[in-house]
Amino acid sequence: MIASADQVCSNRVVLVCGHYGTGKTEFAVNYALALAHAGHTAMLADVDIVNPYFRSRERKELLESAGVRVICSSQACTDADVPALPAEILTILENREVRGVLDVGGDPVGARVLARFQPKIVQEDYNLLFVLNANRPEVRTVESALLYLRSIEAVTGLTCGGIVNNTHLCGETTPHEILKGAELAEAVSKEAGIPVVCHVAEQRFTGEESLAELNLFPIDIYMKKPWEL
Amino acid sequence: MEKELWKGNEAIAEAAIRGGCDCFFGYPITPQSEVPEYLSLHMPQHGKVFVQAESEVAAINMVYGAAGSGMRAMTSSSSPGVSLKQEGITYLAGAELPAVIVNCMRGGPGLGTIQPAQGDYFQATRGGGNGDYRTLVLAPSNIQEAVDFVQEAFDIADQYRNPVLVLADGLIGQMMEPIEWHEIPKRTLPAKDWAATGLHGRGHHNVINSLYMDPDECDDFNAHLAKKYQTIKENEVRYDTKDTEDAELLITAYGTPARIVLTALEQLRAAGIKAGLFRPITLWPFPEKALHDLAGESHIKAILDVEMSIDGQMIDDVRLSVEGQKPISYLGHAGGVIPTVEEMVEAGKKALKEAE
Repeated sequence: MIASADQVCSNRVVLVCGHYGTGKTEFAVNYALALAHAGHTAMLADVDIVNPYFRSRERKELLESAGVRVICSSQACTDADVPALPAEILTILENREVRGVLDVGGDPVGARVLARFQPKIVQEDYNLLFVLNANRPEVRTVESALLYLRSIEAVTGLTCGGIVNNTHLCGETTPHEILKGAELAEAVSKEAGIPVVCHVAEQRFTGEESLAELNLFPIDIYMKKPWEL
Repeated sequence: MEKELWKGNEAIAEAAIRGGCDCFFGYPITPQSEVPEYLSLHMPQHGKVFVQAESEVAAINMVYGAAGSGMRAMTSSSSPGVSLKQEGITYLAGAELPAVIVNCMRGGPGLGTIQPAQGDYFQATRGGGNGDYRTLVLAPSNIQEAVDFVQEAFDIADQYRNPVLVLADGLIGQMMEPIEWHEIPKRTLPAKDWAATGLHGRGHHNVINSLYMDPDECDDFNAHLAKKYQTIKENEVRYDTKDTEDAELLITAYGTPARIVLTALEQLRAAGIKAGLFRPITLWPFPEKALHDLAGESHIKAILDVEMSIDGQMIDDVRLSVEGQKPISYLGHAGGVIPTVEEMVEAGKKALKEAE
């Protein structure tokens, strides 16, 4: 099954959280693009203040040409590691005509930025999505993944409403990896009582028979390394 | 073993633990802060020591103290922070103490930028500290090599009683890649009978220092070091090549640019240009002979050196090795700008044309 952006999550504001390096930014960029393609007024806010490289603001031009407005640090230079949050984030939280995606930094430490907006977020139709990658050693068991999930909820004062299985191995991903991640995501889901909203897969896997049972959200890779450009 | 997805800095940190690191002393700096961050959580879980020092200078001197007592000690930083450690590194070399230092290079000089760069080649291979000393320098080109080299670095340091530098760049520290954990080659390591761990019935104290009152003694010590460095040169040179057998254009690069060259080689070959890569893995000792011999092959017409440095630094070693046998041209950016595949292809074509 192929899931549309609305089928993955129909909430007005989507907060993309998770452990470092699980692929939050790749998912956030693809999800925002899918919202725009579906005709929504989409906005993506890069609120990652803990990671200095591979941030969604690096793809601002591509996103904006596809109709996604990008909000990032008020600092002119996108490459600085200045922990400055853009005031424009409020546009997403206050304009109810907008479908907003917040690309949040990794771990509880990265998610802490949301706490400052918590009183506003809880008044909105929001969903905090927990991105999970079973190949990341710190979240490969149900217990450790749950610990991260609950810690992110604790520092943000928000409730997680969905799990995104984004299990991959960069260019070496196979359907086996996605299935392995699906198993972990379902186990975490069962334990936490939070639904798995989708299984992320590169476009090349959409016809894959072994994945036919999964609710797939197909993505393109935008956060490329210099030798992949 | 199944592959796992790791961020470079975290992988370097985990590799230190698996490499037997007893003590880590460091100070955060982008783009390597995840190394101390990871170790601050995981070293205590393994019963090992993690200390966030008050500065880089303090950290390297803590490494000196721990190494002097026979512990496997490590510090990590990025360019400006490694500059601060230079005094400590020459003292380590002068006291013949094993230690591992990781540098995830960023743009410079001074504070520079937080993006990847390679402007610390001279500092790493010539030594930023005083005196006639050398540090063995391992330059990983991907995260797998970074974890393998960090683990091996502890053994190499112990074998030669010398600091070993792992010279990565910000991209290797920050990117995500699949890796496998596997056994590293075993080495026979000498006992640390020189360590200052108490008398244990000996008739003399082990003293760790680098001070000589008698110039002749200091001269002898330098000769001893020179002999050790010669042994390292004979045993530890490492390099890698790709498609050099028939290459007309030879590209020299290390670390991240070497990775980008691999894509450039595909495009050059597709355009009918026979191009190959020579990648030094040990920057000191530099693979002089291998590069000299390869450059002497009749099919090599031109050499292009690519670095993340404005005019090139490794290019000096390339020139010294090639000894004028073939023309050498250069492509590079500094300050955190990464040379692109397209630029490499263009520069490669130009280098060949100019050589004709």
